Amino acid sequence: MYWYTAVAALVPLDHLGRYLHWHWLLISVANLAVIAIMVVTFLAALLLPFPGRRRRKENQ
Amino acid sequence: MSTTEIERQWTTRLRHRVAAKLPPEKLLPDTQPTYVSSWIYVFGVTTLAALVVVIATGCLLAIRGPQWWHESDIGHFVNSLHLWSVEIFFFAMVIHLWGKFFMAAWRGGRALTWMTGVVTFVVSILTAFTGYVSQTNFDSQWISTQAKDGINATGGGAFFNVLNLGQMLMWHIVLLPIGAVALTVLHVLLVRVKGVVPPFASTNEVES
Repeated sequence: MYWYTAVAALVPLDHLGRYLHWHWLLISVANLAVIAIMVVTFLAALLLPFPGRRRRKENQ
Repeated sequence: MSTTEIERQWTTRLRHRVAAKLPPEKLLPDTQPTYVSSWIYVFGVTTLAALVVVIATGCLLAIRGPQWWHESDIGHFVNSLHLWSVEIFFFAMVIHLWGKFFMAAWRGGRALTWMTGVVTFVVSILTAFTGYVSQTNFDSQWISTQAKDGINATGGGAFFNVLNLGQMLMWHIVLLPIGAVALTVLHVLLVRVKGVVPPFASTNEVES
């Protein structure tokens, strides 16, 4: 058994994807998850300190 | 040839104009403003890095062809690299878009920079779409047969036939990449000419 078979078992891809349907909105769970990760990344980019920023301020 | 004649040549005038607008120290600056040291400014260059991988892997796929990317291990690998670099490309580009939208990056005479970014985004979506229908597998068959109804409803099917693999492949590997890369180069040059947009709080201190 290859190592990636075990990893692939965590995310089953050999059957139909799951979808969320609410009135006019229809979106796959996979796409919703990607959008959620993008929002989290966006917020993290705004909030996390950038390495070396303090050093630059001290040098000025 | 006299000095006046040389100065009147279109090549001389163009060189002077380009050099005045974008001198080398502005094109490749040694330092950036302090406000650029934030993670939100990283996503533009992440998009560029992903685009380089997209084009490099796309060239390999074009050289070796569909049988190679469907049947060989290395072909599968390069095909996957092409797909996942596109995923990162769009992921980073959308976060770049959000960041620039909320800091109103069109301020300070940067409207053309913003607009070239928007058009590049649209051209990238078209490039990705024609890529999906050029995969030559069941996925591309499904997408193209679904998309034809939408495009025919707009009247565009007469010019842009998603069931025509040759046409879609040519759009995907020739016309749209030329457009996307040209727009990206223009976008980056405009960023260099106008500089990176400052955040709202420091607008006065930076631009005064």
